[in-house]
Amino acid sequence: MASEKIIKNLLKASSVIILLIFAGMAYSMIRGAIPAFKEFGLFGFIFSTDWNPTEGKESYGALPFIAGTVITSLLALIICFPLAFSTSLFIAEYFRKTKIATILSTLVDLLAGVPSIVYGLWGFYTIRPLIAELGYSGQGYGIFTSGLILAIMIIPYATSISNEIISMVPNELKEAAYSLGATRMEVIFSVILPNARSGLVAGYILALGRALGETMAVTMLIGNANIIPTGLFSPGNTMASVIANQFGEADGLKLSSLIAIGLLLFAVTAIVNSIGKIIIRKYA
Amino acid sequence: MEREAIIGEKDHSNWRELKNRLFFGTVVVLAGITISPILLIVYKLLAKGLKQINFDFFLKVAPDTLQAMTAVRNGEIIPGGIANGITGTILMVVVASLIAIPVSIVIGIFLYENQGKKYANLIRSLTDILQGVPSVVLGLIAYIWIVQGVTKGFSALAGSVALAIMMLPLIIRSTEETMKMIPISIKEAGAALGVPYHKIILKVMIPSGFSGLMTGILLSISRVLGETAPLMLTTLGSTTINFNITKPTSAVPLQIWEFYNNPNMIDLVWSSSLFLMGFVLTLNIIAKRISMKYS
Amino acid sequence: MSDKILQISNPVLSISNLSIAYGKDKYAVKDVTADVKRNAITAIMGPSGCGKSTLLRAINRMHELYPNIHTQGEIKLNGESIYGISTTKLRRKIGMVFQRPNPFPTMSIYENVIAGYNLNGSKLKKSEKDEIVESSLTDVGLLDEVKDSLNKKGNFLSGGQQQRLCVARALAFKPDVILMDEPTSALDPLSTAKIEDLLVELKEHYTIILVTHNMSQAARISDNAMFMYLGELVEYDKTKVMFTNPKDSRTEGYLTGKFG
Repeated sequence: MASEKIIKNLLKASSVIILLIFAGMAYSMIRGAIPAFKEFGLFGFIFSTDWNPTEGKESYGALPFIAGTVITSLLALIICFPLAFSTSLFIAEYFRKTKIATILSTLVDLLAGVPSIVYGLWGFYTIRPLIAELGYSGQGYGIFTSGLILAIMIIPYATSISNEIISMVPNELKEAAYSLGATRMEVIFSVILPNARSGLVAGYILALGRALGETMAVTMLIGNANIIPTGLFSPGNTMASVIANQFGEADGLKLSSLIAIGLLLFAVTAIVNSIGKIIIRKYA
Repeated sequence: MEREAIIGEKDHSNWRELKNRLFFGTVVVLAGITISPILLIVYKLLAKGLKQINFDFFLKVAPDTLQAMTAVRNGEIIPGGIANGITGTILMVVVASLIAIPVSIVIGIFLYENQGKKYANLIRSLTDILQGVPSVVLGLIAYIWIVQGVTKGFSALAGSVALAIMMLPLIIRSTEETMKMIPISIKEAGAALGVPYHKIILKVMIPSGFSGLMTGILLSISRVLGETAPLMLTTLGSTTINFNITKPTSAVPLQIWEFYNNPNMIDLVWSSSLFLMGFVLTLNIIAKRISMKYS
Repeated sequence: MSDKILQISNPVLSISNLSIAYGKDKYAVKDVTADVKRNAITAIMGPSGCGKSTLLRAINRMHELYPNIHTQGEIKLNGESIYGISTTKLRRKIGMVFQRPNPFPTMSIYENVIAGYNLNGSKLKKSEKDEIVESSLTDVGLLDEVKDSLNKKGNFLSGGQQQRLCVARALAFKPDVILMDEPTSALDPLSTAKIEDLLVELKEHYTIILVTHNMSQAARISDNAMFMYLGELVEYDKTKVMFTNPKDSRTEGYLTGKFG
């Protein structure tokens, strides 16, 4: 039928939009980043720790931001894991299909709905003073504070996948272990965990992808110091937050450097997310 | 029974039972800690923000620093509101929806109709990757494309484009998932009656999946409503109400950022955050309700 | 006691006045009293939903895994109440085999047989483990079939082989009683026949309680048989007697295929 053919072609044509967006994004960002890469060299840019906007002595490097991004995100993942895993066990194992599990999972879902800037505010006015009390970092800004807030922000992403994976572990296997005299904890560690492992890994990888790109909350808490963090409570900066921070006054070489950082961030998150999706697809 | 003897000595069953209970206790405590932030955040916003919420808050634009300073000094509530932000947010979300919704639904149907085909799998993977692109990067893209390329200056349109790119993957995937859930028999019933293909899509598939599509759309809107970073790079902000998409425009999250950076306006930070979060969560809950009703 | 309930001397298990309810008053098992003969196969029959699985699971207290279950009455294993020891210990004395073969997919065949010991955290010497694996697999007649692939995962085994692996896993503890919940319902006739032969061999050393919806299976291999209906133990007798001369009309109706 003619109309069918037209529609099918129309559908196909629309899908090209995705290709165009991708190609356009890659093209625009590479083109925007070229001045910076030309000036400092690709590796020079990535591995330099300079960030000097003084006219005539301009020099930009991404290493402090790459380091800040990686460290805060990994820290977030480490803090997130016990919380998210316990929450998943609560929802998908201990209190499976009960009302309290539904309430808990609704509250966790709501965490995903809180805007980044609101996390930033809460972190600024509630968490930061507590960290400052600890006495490790003057005003309470820094890697740890950002990592903690990031951990809370990625919990819903980590739990939604682990809930599903944990509840997919066949009941028969759990019963087999119980029938051999295992306690519930032993069932969790010997049956549920090994059977759900790759799904859990994928979930945390995707959560990591989220943490890498979070901007506002981190900007408000990390201290915005363009240095490689020297410790857990040291201030620093991340790729996403340096873009948000420095963009307003940027042009020329600085703008190009920020776009270059954006390009790196884009590449890193794309790779991390692809790995997560591939594991999930293999597993499912 | 010699084997029970082997294990009997090394059973430690009391210790194992104790460990089991301790582990359960730990799980409950950690799960409690996990949900405490949402409760603390909501409490804080209500405690600090409620007093600023009045009619003016919705109807007037943000005060200037002097007005706010005077009010704070006199112990009054800060005059003015976030009307410029609310209108700006509405403007940008509407434009972003107009761009994203039709395109996404069509692409979602394309993916559904081409299950298992290589090209469609590629598009699906790219869509997934797009969903993971940090919003600040999309801000950069919209800056390069629209601010530099089209409007030659910060503009609501640029913000809308950034938000639209964020919405795309969410609506595409939810459309595909919704279509997959429609029983194939419904589609076949249409085809058996000799209904042309485009009519099956328009008159059968989309209406049967309407609530699923609606859920996806509302969730994607609630996702972008709170976005701040991409707007900082594209729409800049504005102290007046603006409906011209080629001009700088304010938005609620942008205003929160401005209030946050202005010591005199701290009280407005809380009320505007309360408003924003209330709006986002309400949309979220409506979306979930619709999807629950549907399934 | 009514003559519809078989009397047994020196029973391995004795169940008295056992009632189990889901929720407040939905009784799955109603006031069941019965003794189980040592080194014999006792079959529990009845239409689906009659409570036979619940009764079976009450014996190793597996039914307690699910919320809202109320149990009354007493079960004694060799004269000792099963409520007086930990479930951990009880379940090592009373093994279980399930409807569908459920070897642990993340463990090798060897690890599956020894899984009970590993789960219970007992650190055995390699030689002890080897001995247990070898004798358990020999008992179920699986050793020759898998001895070259002990360290492989068991997913290449047929359904019948997997089920025998599960029996070996339960035997590894040398339990007093083995509970079997329709162990052949997911298997083909040939594998079923092998499992049935195995059960007859095993009863020399073990007591087996077999839930089955397959009357001819009960007739073929069981020594004693219980018939349950709507949670009640209607009749309990030597299998031969029950099949030839049922005392209760409901038993007769079931055995002649009038319902179930």
